[in-house]
Amino acid sequence: MSEEIVSELMRAHVYRLASTGQRLDGRALDEPRKVSLERAFVKTAEGSARVKLGNTDVLVGIKMSVGEPYPDTPNTGVLSTSVELIPMASPTFEAGPPRPEAIELARVVDRGIRESKMVSMEKLCITPKEKVWILFIDIHVLDYDGNLFDACSYAAVAALASTVAPAKSLGLGDDFPLPVEHWPVSVTTAKIKDRLLVDPSLDEERMADARLTVTTDENGDIRAMQKGLSGTFSYDEVKGIIETAQRVGRRIRPLLQSS
Amino acid sequence: MEDIEHFAKAMKLIDADGRRLDGRKFNELRPIRIEAGVLRRADGSAYMEWGGNKVLAAVYGPREAHPRHLQDPARALVQCRYNMAPFSVTDRKRPGPDRRSVEISKVISEAFSSVVFAEQFPRTSVDIFIEVLQADAGTRCAGLTAASVALADAGVPMRDLVASCASGKIDGVVCLDLNKDEDNFGDADCPTAVVPRTGEIVLLQMDGHLTSDEFEKAMDLSIDAARRIYDLQRDALRRRYSVTLEDILKESPPVPSPMQPEGRLPSEDDFGPEGI
Repeated sequence: MSEEIVSELMRAHVYRLASTGQRLDGRALDEPRKVSLERAFVKTAEGSARVKLGNTDVLVGIKMSVGEPYPDTPNTGVLSTSVELIPMASPTFEAGPPRPEAIELARVVDRGIRESKMVSMEKLCITPKEKVWILFIDIHVLDYDGNLFDACSYAAVAALASTVAPAKSLGLGDDFPLPVEHWPVSVTTAKIKDRLLVDPSLDEERMADARLTVTTDENGDIRAMQKGLSGTFSYDEVKGIIETAQRVGRRIRPLLQSS
Repeated sequence: MEDIEHFAKAMKLIDADGRRLDGRKFNELRPIRIEAGVLRRADGSAYMEWGGNKVLAAVYGPREAHPRHLQDPARALVQCRYNMAPFSVTDRKRPGPDRRSVEISKVISEAFSSVVFAEQFPRTSVDIFIEVLQADAGTRCAGLTAASVALADAGVPMRDLVASCASGKIDGVVCLDLNKDEDNFGDADCPTAVVPRTGEIVLLQMDGHLTSDEFEKAMDLSIDAARRIYDLQRDALRRRYSVTLEDILKESPPVPSPMQPEGRLPSEDDFGPEGI
């Protein structure tokens, strides 16, 4: 991903606004962009969701198949998450094997879902040591306007929640919805100098010094975190970011849960 | 899987009344919907639904071509990347290009190279990205048709839009626009793309078995359908860009000009011998 240049004027402007609690698009500092969600967008997938977070547009498709479990977890299904930053989505994305950015993104989304035990993977075991369900979360970024971590995570969660396992066509009994037990919500905060901005837009993200993604569950417990970029956070800042993530998470969760 | 067994046994793709499995006649297209300008970051974009196909196309450029050694000092490169999402098909497709996608990307690039005024933009590339989100046979035609609208949305100068459609043969009958089941169990498939204004053919592929009479029948069907698709493409662009007089007046109410007597529309005389 080649860097895009942000002008000094824009940098100064965004910071000046932020220091008076304002942002380019009129949001408050702790206010995420509008989330819109379209479920079952792709009929060829076992589950899917298209999420727009502001102008960031992400499509997630879930495919399921049957395979062998890992030897160290013989009684649990397999979860595999991948992200394609397709060159359609941004002038800075290039075709080719996944770059570190895409790998980090996929792993952070995966971690939130895996660690929150959103889907009970034990219930996706068919025959211990031999046959389990394999869940593929394929994330397709269509339009990149900042904060892919949250957009991808919302789309993945919504897609999983709408997934029906194709058991019948594989001779494994009746089709069944995935056993969803928890609801992780990821909230990313960017730091520009000494200001913290929730759900950074592209311009904000490009000039951010540091980034922190916090995934919380329905009890407000933290299930995954990831700090990014070369800047630093103070301990107080981290505590504040977690509180905000819990608060924003409570507002976004019902949206992902509604069907 | 059940479906496949059913078809393999019955192999009846056209009923006694000449209707196809989805109720279409031999010369009928599946429902088509095109929308122009759907992505924010791309210079031009279009979304298309065609039967069960869902396809996005985006255009970037003309922009500096890189790697640099690919640059052509005389003209722009027209490069297309056709890609299928892993979840766009029944059995998950491994992400990334396979031999089929590489071939389709190449023939689509070549199809557009013949309509884009590439000599106006030396050393640049016009990059066309086609993403198949949901596949139901005929994805290259849908991709090409959508990409054509995306190129226009990006303002890339072209001789004309390109419209594309496939015809094939099922149960011995030449039919327009095969769907997935028809494609899987049919006898031939022949995707075509044309420049509707001139009738030039810019893409032509075929696999299966057709007599020369059948081939001509298939081409006639495809060319006729391409004209209808061309209208849908232009409609999509019109919906995106057309402005009515009311829109203009709402934006900026007319200011009486001191130079012109009120109520008189400008005539040719107002603009000297050069015209406007």
